[in-house]
Amino acid sequence: MTKFHDMGGRTCNEAICRTGREVNVFEREWHARALAATLAAGMLGAWNIDASRHARECLAEEDHGKLSYYEIWMAALANLLVRSGLVTRSELANPANADKVPLSASAAKAWQVDGILNKGSPTARESGNAPRFHLGQTVRASHPHSNRFLKGGHTRLPHYVQGRTGTICRSGEAHILPDSNAHYLGEQPEHLYSVRFSMAQLWQGDAERSDDEVVLDLWESYLEAA
Amino acid sequence: MSLQGNSNLHSHHNLLPAEPALRVEALETILIRKGLVDPAALGKIIDYYEHKVGPRHGAGVVAKCWIDQNFRSALVANATTAIASLNISGRQGEHIVAVENTPEVHNLVVCTLCSCYPWPLLGLPPGWYKSHAYRSRAVREPRRVLAEFGVNLMPSQKVRVWDSTSETRYIVVPMRPAGSEGMNEGELAALVSRDSMIGAALAGISEPA
Repeated sequence: MTKFHDMGGRTCNEAICRTGREVNVFEREWHARALAATLAAGMLGAWNIDASRHARECLAEEDHGKLSYYEIWMAALANLLVRSGLVTRSELANPANADKVPLSASAAKAWQVDGILNKGSPTARESGNAPRFHLGQTVRASHPHSNRFLKGGHTRLPHYVQGRTGTICRSGEAHILPDSNAHYLGEQPEHLYSVRFSMAQLWQGDAERSDDEVVLDLWESYLEAA
Repeated sequence: MSLQGNSNLHSHHNLLPAEPALRVEALETILIRKGLVDPAALGKIIDYYEHKVGPRHGAGVVAKCWIDQNFRSALVANATTAIASLNISGRQGEHIVAVENTPEVHNLVVCTLCSCYPWPLLGLPPGWYKSHAYRSRAVREPRRVLAEFGVNLMPSQKVRVWDSTSETRYIVVPMRPAGSEGMNEGELAALVSRDSMIGAALAGISEPA
């Protein structure tokens, strides 16, 4: 069974509603505020981007069905705040009753914001291991695939590519492994490869045109030699 | 414990008001009262994404790539360092790869698992890029999607879709339009739309109003 967020290749007859040049970056004022609250709280360092993605992914199925994009961000933020112990359930229920506390030393100050956003958080790391695969090698994406640390845990191998055979077309640095980092089990960096799959391989007889391609960035433990 | 009890433990967010504008206000109130967020930082973040990043950065990179062969080679070899030389860097753009459209290949970028997008080059993603329809269809029927977008491919072009599954972010370098030979860098940048750098449009072709 695929999770709701894992959308690639799902049957969908909807048109893509592309309205052209949007006038505003944010369609609603609360979208901007939801983004700002999420990023500012993230700057506390109590969770990482993988944990934050996982928090969005593991919202209840009915939430995914009814919540819009930034509503999903807000729901995940509320859950992360409680799970990390920064906010209690009773404070969520009665925000105006939360005790007033001076600004935490780990909170980003306004003057630091531009610097933090300009700097970003690179995820490339030294792995200490030689890469197992090389450019041009044929590999298979693991199937059945699941997070190897935690049942039902976070992973970044989409369902539509599992068990399919492709070719390594870029091989570079090792990166933080989301499957581990999302659950605070350390960065456990692994080599990351770009793997090219033909449409014929992915969709067989249903391929729109067999020699078109999809490229995905996949961590070493998602792959086996084929 | 009842199932209801269990599900409540995972869904703390249901304690907040359901209406989104009230919900964001409740979150801000808690974060500020508890000293977790500097209220002035919130405005700075919004200002940053409204005014300090956006597709004009990406368009400048593409225009430079079209007129400066050395920059083009540097961009294709290592886009992260090439754009850093133009003082472009930041969150959701820590690892950038530039992919060039040619008469042989048309590139299209998607994130089927969430909404990964090169923020420092293109700003925040448009609604359609985050839609369920685009995320489902782009890897399955990119030609139909492109046709709906009004992109006419050449018969010689294969389609290559980049599914952004890691922290690598992709920018498409569209083909330089015919008739732009005498233009300077600024004039060329004006031909490069946001959507052309996702692969969802061609440079120099106006987008639907």
